[in-house]
Amino acid sequence: MKIDRRCFLSLGVGAGAGIALSPLPWKITDDLSIWTQNWSWTPVPATGEFTTVNTICTLCPGGCGISVKKVDNRAIKIEGMTDHPVNGGGICSLGLSGLQLLYGPTRIKTPLKRTGERGSGQWTALSWDQAIAEVAEKLNAIRTSGSPQSVACISGATSPTVSRLIDRFMAAYGSPNSLSVPTFIDSYRAALQLMHGVAANPGFDLEHAGYILSFGSGLLDGWGSPVRTFKANSGWKKSKVKLVQIEPRLSRTAAKADVWITINPGTESDLAMGIAHVIIKESLFKADFVQNYASNFNEQFRKLILDNFSPETVSKTTGVDSASIIMIAREFAKAKNPLAVCGRGQGNIPGGMNEFLAVHALNALVGAINREGGIWAVADMPVSDWPAVQQDSTATTGSRRPRLDNAGTQAFPVAMSLLNQFSSALISGKPYPVQALLMVESNPVFTLADSESTRNALNKIPFIVSFSSFMDDSAALSDLILPNHVYLERMEDVASAAGFNRPLIGLCQPVVTPGLDTRHVGDAVILLAQALGGAIADAFPWDSFENCLEETLGDQLETLKEKSFVVDEGFQPDSWATAFHTPSQKFEFIPTALASKKPFAPINPEGDASAFPVILLPYDTMRISSGFIGNPPFLTKTIEDTVLKGTHSLIEINPKTAQTFGLKEGNMAMLQTPKGQAPVQVHIDDGIMPGVIALPRGLGHVAYDSYLAGKGVNINRLIGSVPDPVSGLDAAWGIRAKLSKA
Amino acid sequence: MSTFNHADSSVSDTEETQSGEGSGGVVFLFFLIGLAASLIVGWVVFPKLLYSQKHQPVDFNHVLHNELVSEGCESCHFFREDGTFSGAPKLAQCIECHEDVQGESEEERKFVEEYVKKEIEVPWLIYARQPDCVFFSHAAHVKTGKMDCVTCHGEMGESTTLRVYESNRITGYSRDIWGHNIAGFKRNTWDRMKMDDCAECHQQKKEMLGSVQTQKEGCFVCHK
Repeated sequence: MKIDRRCFLSLGVGAGAGIALSPLPWKITDDLSIWTQNWSWTPVPATGEFTTVNTICTLCPGGCGISVKKVDNRAIKIEGMTDHPVNGGGICSLGLSGLQLLYGPTRIKTPLKRTGERGSGQWTALSWDQAIAEVAEKLNAIRTSGSPQSVACISGATSPTVSRLIDRFMAAYGSPNSLSVPTFIDSYRAALQLMHGVAANPGFDLEHAGYILSFGSGLLDGWGSPVRTFKANSGWKKSKVKLVQIEPRLSRTAAKADVWITINPGTESDLAMGIAHVIIKESLFKADFVQNYASNFNEQFRKLILDNFSPETVSKTTGVDSASIIMIAREFAKAKNPLAVCGRGQGNIPGGMNEFLAVHALNALVGAINREGGIWAVADMPVSDWPAVQQDSTATTGSRRPRLDNAGTQAFPVAMSLLNQFSSALISGKPYPVQALLMVESNPVFTLADSESTRNALNKIPFIVSFSSFMDDSAALSDLILPNHVYLERMEDVASAAGFNRPLIGLCQPVVTPGLDTRHVGDAVILLAQALGGAIADAFPWDSFENCLEETLGDQLETLKEKSFVVDEGFQPDSWATAFHTPSQKFEFIPTALASKKPFAPINPEGDASAFPVILLPYDTMRISSGFIGNPPFLTKTIEDTVLKGTHSLIEINPKTAQTFGLKEGNMAMLQTPKGQAPVQVHIDDGIMPGVIALPRGLGHVAYDSYLAGKGVNINRLIGSVPDPVSGLDAAWGIRAKLSKA
Repeated sequence: MSTFNHADSSVSDTEETQSGEGSGGVVFLFFLIGLAASLIVGWVVFPKLLYSQKHQPVDFNHVLHNELVSEGCESCHFFREDGTFSGAPKLAQCIECHEDVQGESEEERKFVEEYVKKEIEVPWLIYARQPDCVFFSHAAHVKTGKMDCVTCHGEMGESTTLRVYESNRITGYSRDIWGHNIAGFKRNTWDRMKMDDCAECHQQKKEMLGSVQTQKEGCFVCHK
């Protein structure tokens, strides 16, 4: 018997035939295909019994109710709460991706102490006892040296009780420098303070408005309470309510509006005055309101408008033709329930008072104040009394020192807090330097205008404590981090919803038990007060934040725990006869307090027109979260590649403007402003006016995680703050700029 | 030309016949060896290698429990209020009776000591668990379709001991999905639970059910 090559071939053929006649190949093929559908790293929601926890989303000031589904202690899906008065079951893409903030890698897992250079990212973990002791020791030393005023706190806390607790801590410690993070609501509050004489929030009866005149408000880009506004817009479409968008670029809102009017940026208040001119000249105003409930209309306001703001004059400054001005004025005045709104984009920058006063005056002219479909003054809800703080002598002396941000001074009497003026005081060190800074739910290094100088200012502070849940841009610069729970782990009250027109209070309830070594910032503040001892500890008679919340909310807490909100359904705003508490007890078109100022003067952008020929505008989109909360990865996935491509921000530019700079689609260009420069990629778009270029807000983080850091340009690096002459708040709506081919 | 060719080929024929009688047999023998070996590999060795054998954490006796409960399978495998199906019971249900050891079974003692006292959920191995990409509603089949548990799960309720759970080493799934027979033959409705088996029933009953699953756009009814 001879075994040759053919034998082996034959063996192979036999083996092949045998395998083919066995189930092996078919089974392996089937299993491999199943295997490829089930990678072990693909997240799969837990299976088991669903439970639902109702709570409030605090990722933006929208105040939506959410229902979070979970299995055991694992949250698996966030949905809109169907019976919530603000969002009625709707939810936005940020709210939907909130679980990534809860379970994402960017969370801070335990108290941290900086070990390397500031910002080097070198940390060592501490226990809570150690961390509280370290902060208390530093703060005690500063206090003993007699300068408690040199401790400042920046808080963007969404809970009114947390804000009160922080203010109380600062008062007991002896510092006047408790700062909050302002939005367009603060400008509206200032307008209501000046024109109505009341401390109230603006409430927009969007659902019943019959004609919407929006001065650059991103009604469909995240303005106010986004989901509510989206729903209102659906209602407008159904009942053929006209939406007129006045804006220099084709935002989502402009694209979906019935009429889009392009305007030279920064001249919105002029246009409002031009519209007022037509209404007054043609006697289209609400005579009853103007004659009986408003003061100094004929003598001052009417004269001011008729003398200075004819459609022809306004047409020259705004670039809007006079026929359009007349048409809009007539439509607006004759419509049932007209409403004019302002606050640019999402309203993250408070904005110029000239706009707020002019637009509010326009509403007043047509009687759209405290009436169906108009703007309502929703008075602040009464808060339960806490025992007064018994300051010791150090605290008394310290808190009498002037605030570093000039809020409440003669220059800016209406302002409670002026975060935008804080960093210049830090840099100058006058009237006194800051020795320690506490940061709660805020990321000033990223969100404040002129972020480079904010960063430099912060670097001058010897001791920075962050209470952030995330390694954000400011937490990365701090010396100690005492991480807060994230919103889905917290129990705290939530103030209404931005722009909601009925008194509302919400309760953020823990959906899951905290999984990391974090503590509620309220608890951290109480612990800190107790560690400092003396009069400071005495000012905090609560053993925990929950205890404080129970005492503050009283009986309401039980109802809140059950429904997670309490709303005054039958609320009606004050009638015109009782609504106004100005010096004249009437509505003031030109507030008495501003008689000597020029309240309607436009705010000019920073920069020299010859060196910087174009204007750079920031814009907001629903797909980028630009505040303290950074984008979760799901949301970043939705950003178009005409906005962010790889790590490049794209600049929106009109073909004509691009031509003057010799730029083509996709070119890299260097964008320069008086504040700084950044490389950008060119995106040519007819949707933006010639002479204006735009970048989105919220990109260009340097911290967080690899999903967010290093993507795009932070526009705040390129824009400075322009304090409003009336409110003192940041009124910068853009800056002069130039582009050069890179 | 053609003559030359013919002669040439006849020469080669002769050569093969002369030396190849035995050789052909050897070649065939090798073929058979290859065939037999690979058939054994394919039908016997491969299934043994493909599945790992796992024992349930506690050996549960369905018969014993079935005698003590009033509502049959649904006493423990029930529908929740929202219509979802509970599947294997959670510890909370077991504790209702087994807070302490009831009988003399070694398995029960282990269950109480290892899980009940330590408040750890029993990691039951679920024979019938479908892949995550399959959406299956018990309510639609049991409540609306009035199907018996046995149709898909077999005579589980009549078992006195839990059989070995076989886990596919490639996919991680239970062997019950493909079926015990490696060739995929089945005798009972519950022997296999692949998509074809779902389809078989849905095809038969499509007139009655107006079953959307069998229509052209039906993929996303089950695969979400």
